[in-house]
Amino acid sequence: MSEDIQTGLAEILEEVAGVAPADATPEKSFTEDLDVDSLSMVEIATAVEDKFGVAIPDDELANIKTVGDAMSYIQKNKA
Amino acid sequence: MSTSVGDVVVTGLGATTPLGSDVASTWDALLAGRSGVSRLTDDWVKEYPAQLVARLATDPAGQLDRVRARRLDRSQQVAAVAAEEAWRDSGAADAGVAPERVAVVFGTGIGGALTLLGQDDILEEKGPKRVSPFTIPMLMPNGPAAAVGLAIGARGGVHAPVSACASGAEAIRWGLDLLRFDRADVVLVGGAEACVHPLPMAGFAAMRAMSTRNDEPERASRPFDKARDGFVLGEGAAALVLERGDAARARGARIHARLAGAGGTADGYDLVAPHPEGEGAGRAIAAALRDAELTAADIGHVNAHATSTPVGDTAEAAAIRNAIGDHALVTATKSQTGHLLGAAGALESVFTVLALREQLVPATANLDDPDDDAAVQALDIVRREPRKASLTAAVNDSFGFGGHNIALVFTTA
Repeated sequence: MSEDIQTGLAEILEEVAGVAPADATPEKSFTEDLDVDSLSMVEIATAVEDKFGVAIPDDELANIKTVGDAMSYIQKNKA
Repeated sequence: MSTSVGDVVVTGLGATTPLGSDVASTWDALLAGRSGVSRLTDDWVKEYPAQLVARLATDPAGQLDRVRARRLDRSQQVAAVAAEEAWRDSGAADAGVAPERVAVVFGTGIGGALTLLGQDDILEEKGPKRVSPFTIPMLMPNGPAAAVGLAIGARGGVHAPVSACASGAEAIRWGLDLLRFDRADVVLVGGAEACVHPLPMAGFAAMRAMSTRNDEPERASRPFDKARDGFVLGEGAAALVLERGDAARARGARIHARLAGAGGTADGYDLVAPHPEGEGAGRAIAAALRDAELTAADIGHVNAHATSTPVGDTAEAAAIRNAIGDHALVTATKSQTGHLLGAAGALESVFTVLALREQLVPATANLDDPDDDAAVQALDIVRREPRKASLTAAVNDSFGFGGHNIALVFTTA
């Protein structure tokens, strides 16, 4: 399950922000390591909703700092 | 205008146009008499009276990194492509110019219309949450200037004149002023436009401003010709790098030409119709000549705005005749490129610079039967073949809806 989420998230990161899939590992910080800016995070949230059916409200999005944070949030809220 | 700054020179040129993906291929196609105009085949266009456009020769998205391209409106993509070519051509990056002394002035007529209209479709179909977070930076009219500023790392100021089809020329005039006021050492100037879409096409068609010669795309844009019936909408961008002559010579830069002067006026006559005798246009040309400390007799060539509309071309012919006379070799390159709106003045300035550098005036295509208008008849309009000439100074003029008139004077290096 978490592998599927990591793969799916990596696909989104590649499409939206040009992050190489091999770099999309749980410990990576979106802003510090992957150069993903705040507008791109909004796009990523929309793509996550499309792919996983998990909506990320703005106050939750602000707490998602790493790829691992996003994976956990998706895992926890997936129907 | 003599200032302590001395002369201003052009050290870099860039363009992506309906004729080619860079300056060299565009110029070659222009001299070869090729047309950038074609007929749209999309379903939506079938009920349109005017179905012709001058599409870019090369998709700019393919010339940029994929992720960067998806965050830029097409008008910003073409701006970045043209600006990067001009910047490389100038060699300014290798000359160690401080980013705080590099400025950008880049205009557009319409701005990010494709983004505005595309995101409105998404809003209607899917609701507000689906609208892209990049919508505003992609549609804002300073977007092309901002994209160019980021592309070359300009930190001395980024400016975006908006004066419809005079925007590109106005950007060049502002750039000249920035250098004269010593607000920058190098200024990248230009214009960008990319708005081929049903709404702008319908709007221009409703004004009866576009050619409806749908069955003869390559013959539709015919400035000064008796049978002209409107302009053809084009897309693209062009850019020039301006700097002080002493600094450019000191670093051994290639100098394409000098930007000797500029003039700008407003018609104060009508929102869209030009003054019939080109009064404001003529004053702009006269002001540019004074600014360049030249006389009409010095001007050997005019790259005319001439969009192929019935009213505009004769008004401009009167302005040229009044301000310069009948001796200059006039050409109307929109006959091949179509009308690039906010990029037109920049592209035609690139052509003017190349005409001076190569001592060669491109021909006006499709000028089979010049208008009976007395001024058109009096002018020496180059047609059929490019004409070799001995040129020292040339004028490029541009006019925009709103009554904006800009004239630029370039001289040989």
